[in-house]
Amino acid sequence: MGTQAKPGIRLRAVLISLGILLANIVVNGLIFLFFRDSTLNPLLTAVLAVLWGVVGVYLIYYSLTFAAEQYPDKIRSRILPFIFVGPAVLLLGWLLVLPALRTLYLSFFNASSDKFVGLANYAAIFSDRLLGTALRNNLLWVFVGTLACVAFGLLIAILADRSSYEKTAKSIIFMPMAISFVAAGVIWKFVYYYQPGNEQIGLLNAIVTYFGGQPQAWTSMIQPWNNFFLILILIWMQTGFAMVIFSAAIKGVPDDILEAARVDGSGEIRIFFRIIIPFISTTILTVTTTIIVFTLKIFDVVMVMTGGQYDTEVVATQFYRQFFMYRNFGYGSTLAIVLLIAVLPVIFVNLRQFRKQGGF
Amino acid sequence: MVGSKKRKGNKAVVNIVLGIICFIWLVPTLGLFISSFRPAADILQTGWWKVFPHQEWKASDDVIRLSKDVDLRGPIVVNGKTYTDAQLKAGVVEGGKRLMWENRRARMISVQTEGWVTKPNLTTENYKNVLSGKEYKLKKADGSEAVQKGSGLSQAFWNTLTIAVPATIIPVLIASFAAYAFAWLRFPGRKTMFVTIIAMLVIPLQVALIPVLKDYTALGLNGSYLGIWLAHTAFGLPLVTYFMYNFISQLPKDLFESAFIDGASHFTIFSRLILPLSVPALASIGIFQFLWVWNDYLVSLIFIGNQPNVQVMSMKIADLVGSRGNDWHLLTSAAFISMLMPLAIFFLLQKYFVKGLMGGSVKG
Repeated sequence: MGTQAKPGIRLRAVLISLGILLANIVVNGLIFLFFRDSTLNPLLTAVLAVLWGVVGVYLIYYSLTFAAEQYPDKIRSRILPFIFVGPAVLLLGWLLVLPALRTLYLSFFNASSDKFVGLANYAAIFSDRLLGTALRNNLLWVFVGTLACVAFGLLIAILADRSSYEKTAKSIIFMPMAISFVAAGVIWKFVYYYQPGNEQIGLLNAIVTYFGGQPQAWTSMIQPWNNFFLILILIWMQTGFAMVIFSAAIKGVPDDILEAARVDGSGEIRIFFRIIIPFISTTILTVTTTIIVFTLKIFDVVMVMTGGQYDTEVVATQFYRQFFMYRNFGYGSTLAIVLLIAVLPVIFVNLRQFRKQGGF
Repeated sequence: MVGSKKRKGNKAVVNIVLGIICFIWLVPTLGLFISSFRPAADILQTGWWKVFPHQEWKASDDVIRLSKDVDLRGPIVVNGKTYTDAQLKAGVVEGGKRLMWENRRARMISVQTEGWVTKPNLTTENYKNVLSGKEYKLKKADGSEAVQKGSGLSQAFWNTLTIAVPATIIPVLIASFAAYAFAWLRFPGRKTMFVTIIAMLVIPLQVALIPVLKDYTALGLNGSYLGIWLAHTAFGLPLVTYFMYNFISQLPKDLFESAFIDGASHFTIFSRLILPLSVPALASIGIFQFLWVWNDYLVSLIFIGNQPNVQVMSMKIADLVGSRGNDWHLLTSAAFISMLMPLAIFFLLQKYFVKGLMGGSVKG
């Protein structure tokens, strides 16, 4: 690619860049239509689609920069950054920022979004029993789930740090992170499985009957206890995340401080609470906020385990139900906004943290 | 030294406690894994742990025959002891042996002894059935046969792959271009754009779903690969951009300044220098994004809907849970098939996966 200075804007440059833009749109559009209507063998479609998706994106950047090269230096250095950030900004604007604003707008309208109802949807959320249950359960998830993940994560990180099988143990605890919530749902449905009669094939009921107890249908039990059995799945999956990060942080605690404390005769528990915890407090905060944000959005577990029945509904499943089953766009949007409001404080903490790290 | 001895004692306790925790963590998955290889009838009759050696009552050659004049409704005297009919029905343990009706009509009581048994009755039939879309015969718990249709999971497997690979590479590529510009180019609006992206890190994607779905329906993107790639790209972009920015902005400036003086364009610098240098970062965030897309359920559920030829595995499995929740032979093997890829990636590339996690959540 030539970089020699060119005098003014040439007609040729303008034509080339327009042509490239147009060609990008037309070619990619045609390929898209081909894939949408294709009846090829799925494996072949898969390979071609992957190829197009990946090469296509690269070619878009390549051709656009090529077009920019046609302009004189001064103009080119103005355009180029926008070519680089352009796709990201456009995508985020179209699929995240604008939708969020549109959802906010929709939340002030009725079920079919044709009549302005002001704050009525918000009022309804806090009075409707189902939605109320969803909010209560979400709080339960956030408090119990986050607390348990952080506590277990810390405990296991500390234990692993002192054990001789650190790597293996950490791998085992961390492994559920890689599994989908749907698969985890199947795993735990099987653990909680209840069948009438003597022989229990669900692990939990088998243990209970072994010790002489009565088998239970764990996920349809009395409120709110069945929720705890669902939250247990989150703990099983997310403790690994907390543990890995805590483990890295604990390794950062300087050895000489620990040694000094030991020489002074401090017990391990005292060292843990007086030295390690304060030392990794920022990490604890970050992990906690990450898990809180994650837990607020919890959806798959509840959907797979109970489908929201037996009062296990959370905000995200209720959102799905209002939107796709009851076609109540007003409630659906309002629930989404309530979720957003719930994470707003985390966004501020995040931005402050970012500024503190010296970004910009 | 007393201190080191005490430390050693502690270590044993630590190892034991950690061992127990690990065991608890592993058991649910292990149960799924073993069950997925057991015949449908077996799964419903006995727990999966019965494939391991365990003690069980087995009929011995010894059989007691009652004479015709014994009233089966009254107290029954066997070997000098009295039992009721109900007791014999459930089985009574007497001196290490169990007495139980073998055939009440024929007045036969079996004498059972406890012994070690394993039930290594394993099969790959479940996997075959769940992967194919064809009909197959199934032996039920009561011995009868039923015809069921397979779940066509292999099609869903390819769909998931077709969605996950571009939905990993595209955002990572787009984010890297953007991160390079944010880190090394100066342009108006740079700060605002970047801070907005950081703020979007935690936005719940639920706020975007309804309007995006409306746009997709209008554009005909619903249920198409492109639509779901774009959705995953946009929802993953904030994190990937943030992560790549952290990496790319730390690269030494003079490294590509000389390349720039030599007349290389930003595009050349990016693809010849930045991308190769960023391989570790690209790998770790790529794995994370890949797993996220592979495991996703909500986004697919909304943007794919009920078009069976684009459906991903998580949707198929969720459907199975809903419609055939007690068919454990299908559920367990289907779940395990969907776990194969993430688990393989996890164990092979654990190091990068961990790095990706930490880069996104904690810095310093």
